[in-house]
This record gives sequence, structure tokens and C-alpha cells, in this order.
Amino acid sequence: MTDDVALLLRRAAFGPTAAELGQARAAGYTATLSALLTPSGADSGAARAPMPELGPDPYAGKTGVTLEQSRDFDGIRERQIAVINRWWLDRMTVANHQGVEKLVFFWHGHWATSVKKVRSPQLMLAQQRTLRSSRDYADMTRKMVVDPALVAYLDGHLNTRAAPNENLARELLELFTLGIGQYNEKDLKEAGRALTGWRFSLTEERSVFEQAKHDPGIKTILGVTASHDAASLVELLLRQPACAEHVAARLWLRYASSTTPIPEATRDAMTAEFPRTRAMLRALFQNDSFQATAGTLVKQPIEWFVGAMRQLGIRPATLPEKSFIDIVEDLTSLGQRPFAPPNVGGWPSGAAWLSSAAAQVRLRLAGRLAKMLVADRLTPEGMAYVLGVDGWTNRTYAVLREASDPQRLLTIGLVSPEYLVT
Amino acid sequence: MPDPNPFTRMDTVSRRKFLLASGVAGAAAIGTGSIGLSLADLLRTAIRDRDDNARKDVTKLVVVTLYGGNDGLNTVIPYADPAYHSARPELAYAPEKVLHLNESLGLNPLMPGMKRLWDEKRLAVVLGVGYPKPDRSHFRSMDIWQTASPVRPVPSGWIGRWLDAEKAAPETAVSFEPVLPPLLAGESRAGSCVSHSGLKLPAGIDQSMVAALGQMEPNESEMRARAALAYADMLKVEQLVREADDTPELTDDKGLLTTGPGTSPLARQLSLVAQCIEAGVPTQVYSVSLDGFDTHASERIYHEKLVTRLDRALAGFVNRMAQTENGRQVAVVVYSEFGRRVRANASDGTDHGTAGPVFITGPRVAGGFYGEQPSLTDLDDGDLKATMDFRDVFGTLLGSVLRADPARYLDGYDARMLPVFSAG
Repeated sequence: MTDDVALLLRRAAFGPTAAELGQARAAGYTATLSALLTPSGADSGAARAPMPELGPDPYAGKTGVTLEQSRDFDGIRERQIAVINRWWLDRMTVANHQGVEKLVFFWHGHWATSVKKVRSPQLMLAQQRTLRSSRDYADMTRKMVVDPALVAYLDGHLNTRAAPNENLARELLELFTLGIGQYNEKDLKEAGRALTGWRFSLTEERSVFEQAKHDPGIKTILGVTASHDAASLVELLLRQPACAEHVAARLWLRYASSTTPIPEATRDAMTAEFPRTRAMLRALFQNDSFQATAGTLVKQPIEWFVGAMRQLGIRPATLPEKSFIDIVEDLTSLGQRPFAPPNVGGWPSGAAWLSSAAAQVRLRLAGRLAKMLVADRLTPEGMAYVLGVDGWTNRTYAVLREASDPQRLLTIGLVSPEYLVT
Repeated sequence: MPDPNPFTRMDTVSRRKFLLASGVAGAAAIGTGSIGLSLADLLRTAIRDRDDNARKDVTKLVVVTLYGGNDGLNTVIPYADPAYHSARPELAYAPEKVLHLNESLGLNPLMPGMKRLWDEKRLAVVLGVGYPKPDRSHFRSMDIWQTASPVRPVPSGWIGRWLDAEKAAPETAVSFEPVLPPLLAGESRAGSCVSHSGLKLPAGIDQSMVAALGQMEPNESEMRARAALAYADMLKVEQLVREADDTPELTDDKGLLTTGPGTSPLARQLSLVAQCIEAGVPTQVYSVSLDGFDTHASERIYHEKLVTRLDRALAGFVNRMAQTENGRQVAVVVYSEFGRRVRANASDGTDHGTAGPVFITGPRVAGGFYGEQPSLTDLDDGDLKATMDFRDVFGTLLGSVLRADPARYLDGYDARMLPVFSAG
């Protein structure tokens, strides 16, 4: 059963470190699962990486910004974005409540919102606060439907009674709650009307409701006729069986398998716990089908990077500026820059991370990380222990044997298929 | 499923031959989805198939993306319009410097290669291309172009959707950019992505170690096998790049690669495309790009550097393509996410604008102007009003080059087919 615990940690957390794995093996599967999903007490690790105070968005409250000003402002925003990137990667690394931290990363991909369009780092941080403070999926959805970054990203502020914009409504139904095919175009149009009147405020870092721009008329959505607004729309969506099923399938995709669909029995066990996300995850991890996915899930670049930082005991916060910039550039080339998913559908999965171009960047980044390693001697077995890998195939073992120093050994270990695919 | 497209049948045969001949038949066994691509192997096999592949149609598409928003008005210049000169006094080109295409429009003086293509009637200039409700965010606007979905963000590119429907093999579409452009991303299929810049390994890691890591293990999961295969592919591509560098004809006679520090990544990407096409590689769509067009200040000097690179790389490529039957199957399309504003800003640059020209060129392209040049005085809040929807351009390419139903891949959009491809 020891391998089961390792798989659990690799999927539910970043890493894990050898120490965490040792503790988990001693504690057993059930206790480890509880510690991951319902940790007790405050997270002293996360406390070392408090959310940064950025100050106001330079554009907040400004009108008639000149080109010269906008260049300054954009520069300020760029620096602030670098700050939040570093903060989040550091937070993922130092947090002790790893199950919680990994789930925040999951939600960031679910409610995919990119700073490239939102532009305001303050709004991106506000969204992080919402993701972190939400009790469960229902609570989160109520807040996210008017989350200022999401509203900005999906043109919610352009959605008015006079000029409806369906963007936010469409993604809310298709990607965030029900899944495609669970509604028709009429439902979508009416849902768009229900969401009219919300705009984001850079000054207040929240969304503001403008009654005059809201369409208070009668709408029929999914067979329910009422003068729906954002709040009633969310309640209606949460009641749909498709919503629970969609969330279960999304969790399965990221925690279990991107190649095989969620088995019915697993889905049923998970939806029974809806909307309590952590309970849904518990049901997933307790299901036999979860263990059957061992060795098939490709780590996303940020998961791979943060896991390695934890196993090497390096904090992103302590890296020299230049090293950190290089790392973020490499993560960008790998296709995963924090706060910047490629589109509203969120991050790619599976083989999409395994292009030959990505292989080259991964080698480069692994080489950078290996340079940070301080060790006199390391064996392939020791490497497996440090990286929390069950064991090496003959192929990888032979290459590791050939690598004569710890840095090379680590580089090969980090890029090995065994480490990359868990 | 029967092959819906008679023009891909030959490629399917080549593909199978490639898998067998290259010894990576194991790759076929691990799944039908996108796998890493072994271009060097493709190339070797394809050379033997060269004659089989020769056809007298345009069947290969090269998409050139200019990132940053190219200043269309200083690319295809309305030199005879006084409004052009008064709106951007420091940035405007004197009429006598412009390479005249007709009595009102001309190319940037630094585009002599494209001017020759025009004179030879091989350059189509589609005027005033844009989309409804222009978005001035680079990110969003590029997304709109690459997904061909102006109304809402979608997860797939216009080529990607075609790859999905064709259940295309991974070599069907290839990008020579560091990351796969959204254009080539489908939902179940995707183009392959190979780096043009050559292989740099970390200190102490040599190619034999990477090659050993690239071996698949018995009973390994599909994803682990793919992870391994990516390293093997990476090395094969490296070999291809080195071969391309050593090919003497690339450096001078055919004028494709400018030697020395002037060699641009675009020329390099196009040289790889040229090699693949000449060898009869069954790839149908290539994606290449040139970045740096976001010229808000001191624009002229930067823009001139960029159009020079574009001009040399593109003209060299088309001239080279004209010399072989495989090459004559190629059409190139060049676009950017938006043009710039008509009026220059206070820093001798231009800010994000709207419509711009799109080039289509190739040995079998019917040169000339398509569409109408937008007015410089009847503006939409200081910006050009698009006179042609970009989906008409992409629809034409889908229909004429890829032999596909445009509406199917353009969310039902009824594209106007432009007669840019001459018969034979």
C-alpha cells in the first residue's frame, strides 16, 4: 500500500519531499488524505509567503491617460505582475497545506482568467483571494460570477441591457458550470441578459452593479421563468445535475487522468458530495479507479517546477532576480506562465505538454535547477528518493549511471519520463 | 472512416511508409493522437516519394504571423493620398520613394523583393482586412485571428479544427516557433512544434544521454512513451537543422538565407519549410512568425528593419519555391493582428489600430489587389474601417488550398471566395 500513498501525494500535492513521503507512509492512506484535504491549524509555511501588497493599480481612477503616462503605468503593472508571479510560485512551494494549495492552482485553471487581457495585477490577486476564501464550489461560483478579473476577461462590463454581450454567460455555462451540450442557445442568451449590469472597478478592486444597465425583464433559462439576475442564475445552475457532473469530470481530468474519461461509479461517488469540493476529491482518491491511473498523468509545467523546488529545498522567493526571470521565461516557453492561461478553456493537458520543443526547454530549465543543487555525491537510488519516484526503468537507470556528478544526475532525473508522468 | 479528401491520400501512404522506414513504428502503436514529430526521418522517406507527391495544384499553406500589429499604412502605402501625409508627417514616405503598385498604392521602399513578386503577378494584396468590433488588445486580437472567432474565445484554431475533422496525423501541420501557436491547436489533434534555433543542452548532458532517454520502455504507459519519444524527436530535428545549415544552396544562389548577423529567425524558419516542401514531406500547413511589430515610438527605424526581414525572407522563399514542382504547390499568407492608427502619436510611433493588408503569395497565386483600400478620412474614431472580413481570406485558403468547406471551420461564416489562385 505504500505506493498508493506516494501516488496520492504526487497528485494531491506538489512534490512530495522525501520527508513528507516518509511521514505519509507512517501515517497511512486515510490519515494522509485527511491531512491533505482538511488540514488542522494555521499553515505556518504559507505564512512565510503572505500575499503581496501591491498598492493601487496605476490606472485606477485615472481618465484621459496620455501615451507617456500609459508607458509608465504599463511598466508599473509589469513589475507588479512579476511580483505576483514570484509570490505565487513561492507560496505553492512553502505552503504546508499542500492539498489546499494545489486545489487553488486547479481552480485558477478552471476559472481560467489571463492577466494578458485583464491587465490589472490587483484584480488577479483579488481573484486569488476569492479562490482561497471560498468555502466550497457553490460559494465560489456565487462570488466568481461577479469576480472583477473574470468580468474584465470575459467582457462582462460590456454586457448591458442596451448592448448584450454573451461572452461571460457562454463560458459560465459551457466551461465553469454545466459543460457543453447541457443548454441551448436560447438559455445562453437569456443567461447573458441575467448577467447584465456588472462592471469591474479598478479603484475598488471589485465589481459594481449598475441597475440602469441591468435587464430586469423576464427570462426563461433551462425551463425556469423568472426575472433572473446573476445570483438567481447561479442558484439555478448549481441545481442542475450536469453541474456536479461537470465539476467531477474536471477534477478527474487534473487529478486522475486526462486520457481516460471518468468512470461512472467514480463520478457518482463524487457528485454525491457536490458542492463540497474537498469531499469530492476525497471520494475520488478513495475510489479504486484513482489508483488505476498511476503512471499516466503528465505533470503540468508549474506542477513540475514547484515540485522540484520543494524537493530541492529552494524557495523561489530567494532566487536572484535574473534566475527568476529566466525561469519564468522557460515556464512561458513550456506554455504555462502563472496567471496567464492561453484561453478561457484553461491549461492544456496530457500529450500537449510533450512536444519536442517543450522537451528542449525542459532540459534547459532542469539544467538551471540542477545548478542550484548542493550535494557531493548522489546515486540513482538516492535521486529516486529525493524526487519521490517509485523507481527507474532500465532506460533511465542506465542514463543516470552514466551521469557522473549530482548536477547531471538531477538534470536527467527531472526530465525523465518517470518523473514527468506520474 | 473513408478519407474525405482525395488530395490527402498520397500523404497517408507516405506517412505509413515513414513510420515503417524510420523504425519508429512503435509510435504508431502507442496511439492515434498527436505525437512528437521526427522531421529528419520524414524528410529522408519523403525524398524517395518525391515524384509521387508532385501535383499541379496549390495544396500546401504557409502561414506567416507578424506579431505586434504591423503598420499596414506604412507597408502598403496610400502614397497619393494627402491625408496619409498630413496624418503622419514624420512617418510618411515621400511618394517618389514608395515602390508604386498602381497610381495610389505602393509598397514600403524596403520591400523590393515583394515588388518583384508583384511585377511577376505572384503577389496578391488583400486590402482593408479586419473583423467587426475591432479589439485593440494584442492578445485578444491575435486570438481572434488565430481562432477565426471574432465573437467569442474558442479553444481551437482555424487550422486546428480542420486537423480535428481530418483526424490528421501530427506531421500534417508544423510550427517552427518555440511554442505551438493557437492557430494549430485543435481539440483532439494539434500541429507539431519544432524549434528552429537548434539544440542547446545543459552543461554535462550530451546527445547520447538524451538519445538513451528517448528510448521507449516495454509496458510503459502511452504518456511516458510520448515523454520519451519527445527527446528522440528533438535530436532528429536538431539533425535536420544542422543539415539545413550545411546546405550551400540555402545561403546564396537562391537568396533565402542572408548570411551573417542579418539572418532573421523568419528566414531560418522559412528555410526549414522550403527544405521540407522540396523533399515532399506530407505536411500541408506550416506556421512561421516574425515578432516585434509593436512600434509605438521611433517607429520608422524599427519597422524598416522588420519589413526588410519580411521582404527578404518571403521573396527568397517564393522564388525558391517557384523552381520545383513541389514548391509550386505552395501558397503563403501573411497577416498581423491589427494595423496601426492612421495618425502618428507624439513619439513618432503609432498606436494599436484596426484593419490592415494581408498578403497572399506563391508561384500559382494570381497577383493583384483584392478588395478596397479603406478611406483615410472616413474613419471610425481615428481608425480605418475594415472593408474585408479576415474570414474571407482564411475561407479562401481553406477552400482553395486545403479543399475544405470553409463554413465548417469558420463557425458557419459564409466566406466570400477570392479568386487568388490561377488555374494550373
